[in-house]
Order: sequence, then C-alpha cells, then structure tokens
Amino acid sequence: MTKNISLNLISGRTIQQGVAIEGGKEKPLYRTAAGIIEMDDSDFKKLGAWKSTNVRVTSEYGTVVVKAIETSQGPHPGLGFIPMGPWANAIINPNTYSTGMPTFKGVPVTVEIATNEPVLLGIELVQKLCGVKSE
Amino acid sequence: MTKKITDVICPFCGTLCDDIEVVVSDDGKKLLEVYNACVIGTEKFLHSQSADRVTRPRLHQEDGSWKEVSYDEAVEYTAQMLAKAKKPLMYGWSSTNCEAQSVGNEIAEISRACCDNTAAVCHGTTLIAVQDIGLPSCTLGEIKNRADRVIFWGCNPTHAHPRHMSRYSIFPRGFFTGKGQMSRQLVVVDPRVTDTARMADIHLQVEQGRDYELLDALRVALKGEWLPEVVAGVTAEKIREVADILKSGRFGIIFFGMGVTQSLSKNHNIDGAIALTKDLNEYTKYSIMPMRGHYNVTGSGEVFAWQFGFPYAVDLSRGFARYNPGDTSSIDLLNRGEIDAMFTIGSDPGAHFPISAVKHIAAVPSVCIDPHLTPTSGVSKLHVPVAFNGVETGGNCYRMDNVPIDCRKVVEPPEGMLTDEQFLIKVRDRLRQLKGAA
Repeated sequence: MTKNISLNLISGRTIQQGVAIEGGKEKPLYRTAAGIIEMDDSDFKKLGAWKSTNVRVTSEYGTVVVKAIETSQGPHPGLGFIPMGPWANAIINPNTYSTGMPTFKGVPVTVEIATNEPVLLGIELVQKLCGVKSE
Repeated sequence: MTKKITDVICPFCGTLCDDIEVVVSDDGKKLLEVYNACVIGTEKFLHSQSADRVTRPRLHQEDGSWKEVSYDEAVEYTAQMLAKAKKPLMYGWSSTNCEAQSVGNEIAEISRACCDNTAAVCHGTTLIAVQDIGLPSCTLGEIKNRADRVIFWGCNPTHAHPRHMSRYSIFPRGFFTGKGQMSRQLVVVDPRVTDTARMADIHLQVEQGRDYELLDALRVALKGEWLPEVVAGVTAEKIREVADILKSGRFGIIFFGMGVTQSLSKNHNIDGAIALTKDLNEYTKYSIMPMRGHYNVTGSGEVFAWQFGFPYAVDLSRGFARYNPGDTSSIDLLNRGEIDAMFTIGSDPGAHFPISAVKHIAAVPSVCIDPHLTPTSGVSKLHVPVAFNGVETGGNCYRMDNVPIDCRKVVEPPEGMLTDEQFLIKVRDRLRQLKGAA
C-alpha cells in the first residue's frame, strides 16, 4: 500500500516564482520555481521520501504532481506550501463562500511519493486539465 | 552611444518604485541594462527584449497550432465575440494603465459585460471589509518618515514586494525615524518562519487560518482583559507583550496580505485588523494598508469606482452597474458557467484561478491580451500580444497607497505592435458600429 501523509496546504508568492513569471511562463524555470511543494523536514521523514522527489498531492478538488523540496522558510510541520500558480490551483478550494475569493490557503491534502510521474510545464498542465490541444 | 534614463517607474508590484535607471541603445530600440530594481523588476524589463517574443496576434487552431493574424483581424474577432455574447466577462486590468482601463470600461458598457480585476484573487475581501467599516490609511511617505511600529500580517514582502522594506517600511531614515531600522520595531505574523519573519523583533507564528482569533486576542490584550493561555498557537504572555509594544509607539502601521485575505475567514479577518487599528488609535496614531500585488491593481479599482461606483466585481448585464461579490465576481460566474465569452487583459487567470474556473474559460470564445505567453493565452482562442506597459508605453498607475504615478516609456516596442489602449480603442470603435451605439 502506498504510504501517504496529510498536510494543510497554503500557496503564496516566492521571489523565485516572481522572477519565473516575468521570465516566461512557457519556460522550464517556471516549473522549477512553482511546480514544487515546500515541506518540513519532519514531514519528509513521515512520508519516507528523499528530498527533491516527485510527489502527487491530492485534495478534494483535484490532484497534481510536483517536486517535494525542503522548505527554506520553516520549520512549519504539518503545513505544505506550493507557490502560487497552476500547480497549486489544480488542487486549491475554489469555493468563495459568497466573497468572490477562492480559499487558496488552508486546504487539506494528502501527499504520496510519485517518483515515476513527471511534473508538467505550467502551460502544458493547464491545457491538459482543460482538454485543450497544444502544439 | 548608449543613454541612461533615470527616474523610471517599475511596473511589477504595487510598490511602484520610481528610482529605476535603465540604459538603452542610442536608437532607443533596445533596453540594455537595468539599475536599482529588484530581481523581479529587472527580469520584467529585460524580458521585454527577449528574441522569442510573440509580436503578432495568433488564433488557436483545432489541431492545437497557432495561425498568425493581423491586428485588424484580431480587432474584428474580439468585437464580434463581445457583440454576440449575452454575458461576457472582461477580466484583468491590473497590469495595464488607467487610460486603457477607462477605454475598457466603455467597451464593457456597450457589450453589457461583467467587469472584474485581479482583486478577485488578492484583496477583493479587503475591499468588502473597507466597505464594512472603513480604512484609516496613509501614504508610504508618511510611513517612511514617521512609523516606529511596523506590523506585517500574513504578508512576505521579502519575496512579494522586495524593495518595500528598503524604500518605505523598515530600513530608510525618515524625518522622525533618523536611525532607520533602529528607530522601528517590527512584528511579523505568519504561520511560516518566512524571510520577513526572520528580520522581525517579534514573530508570532500563528496557527494557519486562525488570524481572526489572534486579532481579537490583541484587542482584548490592549484593554487588559482576560485571555486564555494560548490563542491561535500564541501564548497569552506573548500577545500581551506585543500589545504593549504596539501601544508604546508614536506612529504604527499594519500591512497585511494574502495570508488574511485568502484564508477561510477572509473579509472578517480584515474587519478584525481594521478594528484593531481603530482600537490602537485610542492610545497612539495607527494606520493600516493592504499590500497590493499587481502594479496597477489599485488603479483598476480606482477607475472602476470612479466610472461604475464599485471597485471590482461589477455586473453591467442589466444595463446598469451592480455589485455583489459571490454573485457578480469572476470565479463564481465562471464556476457557475454563466459566462459565454471571456476577455482577459493584463493578468493571467489561467495560472491564478482555481482550475474549475479555468476549464470554463477554455470552453467559451475567448481573447487574451498579454505580451507574455501564459496559461491563459494557452487556453484562449485568440492571443493578442501588445507592448509592455511601463516599458514600451507610459500611462497612469496607482501605488498601493492610492498615490497616482505616471509610468514612463523607455524603449520602442517591436515594429507594428500596438499598446493595450490602441488595441482597445479599435475594438471599442468597431463594437460601436456592430451595436449601433452612439
């Protein structure tokens, strides 16, 4: 049986993500900057995963493959952080509860190791999830 | 000979840094170097020069390929789409100038569109709270010169507004803050030990999503009333210590960001933060300010409010402006499938909306006006690249403290490329013909 852990997911800006969106969202740098989940060292141990392993993150609203890296802004055990972008938005809570604002922060997710699954490029991921053909 | 242009405005974040210097080639066609900007701003200026930039509109074909079309054909496609649609959504506006926003509002009136800006996914809930109880605010200049207590609540300017702290909030030596950082006490509230939190005198590592409780606890501590031992993961002792620090300042400022606007309590968090500011004014002088993200999201709210009466989530489908977040807001409209055409400009909902909303964008006729290739352009039927605002064209923008600043044009766009405003004027004029509007 695949081992998985439960985390509370938040998303937000990182400076690397900011540089990548201005440098071109079609480029691999965007995936390097935002196609990741920052996890606490203790959560890596619970999951039994090496750092920089691809993982599948799943919520009630969707599922996405990202690279798990050790957080640079921790410790924050139990909290996962995916920089704002299509990878985070594939799984965040779209409900606005009559405010117009989706619930980008505080989404319960499970994380499991997905070593053999690729992390898609940003535009590629959105096109795939929307069923849009790409070149 | 190259030439250096000084006092350039950076079109990245709401800080709108106005001390950038750029070096351009003698013919004014190439931007060569950027000085003083943060790493993101520098990338924004330099990316406009990339060799692989798309310079002509493109139509998405059935097989996934793109067919280049002229700007006139793009104008016709856009005008026809808006003329036929019963309820189009015109979204974005935060990365373009106020002049283009104003033309966009004319188009929205003619086509009876729903209009929204990126406050939908950043400070929309702040705007609701401001309408609830007001906003005692100030300018960034006042903060530089006066603030000796600075609170960053649920925001991480080290990453999101990299020069905010050096220009206004922490490091600069102001008129009454002559010792710079030594004159100020910094409190950061964040569930992570962010790079901003590492610089703080006190970091309150609040339990994620429990900001409302902590804000209320601070209000209680100010009054010296009873508190439980721990609130939102923070001890009562720490809360009382912070309350005393806040009270003892001469001028304080609360900056807040997505940590409070996007977590579950949303506008109620901001209500609490503004109420805390009001309470602190019983002891000393305090202000509060949202950390706006896009460089002209504030301007978009100003133009919407000036022309329609509401700062975002405006629905013109009945021929007059209605505003009801949750009903007339972009994500709800898309999630409910009410939109039959999508017009995006100066933003990237494909990357920053929940995927359920993006799927609906991909399912309807759509136009994306953006100099970059983005997930939105990737799922839109028509992509219209335009000149970079703030680099290849000027125009008015609003800083996060509602101070209007004129951006500067520093370099020519590639030959034949239109600006946002020029393209929108053509669409407006064609739409008038199609609709028989005056």
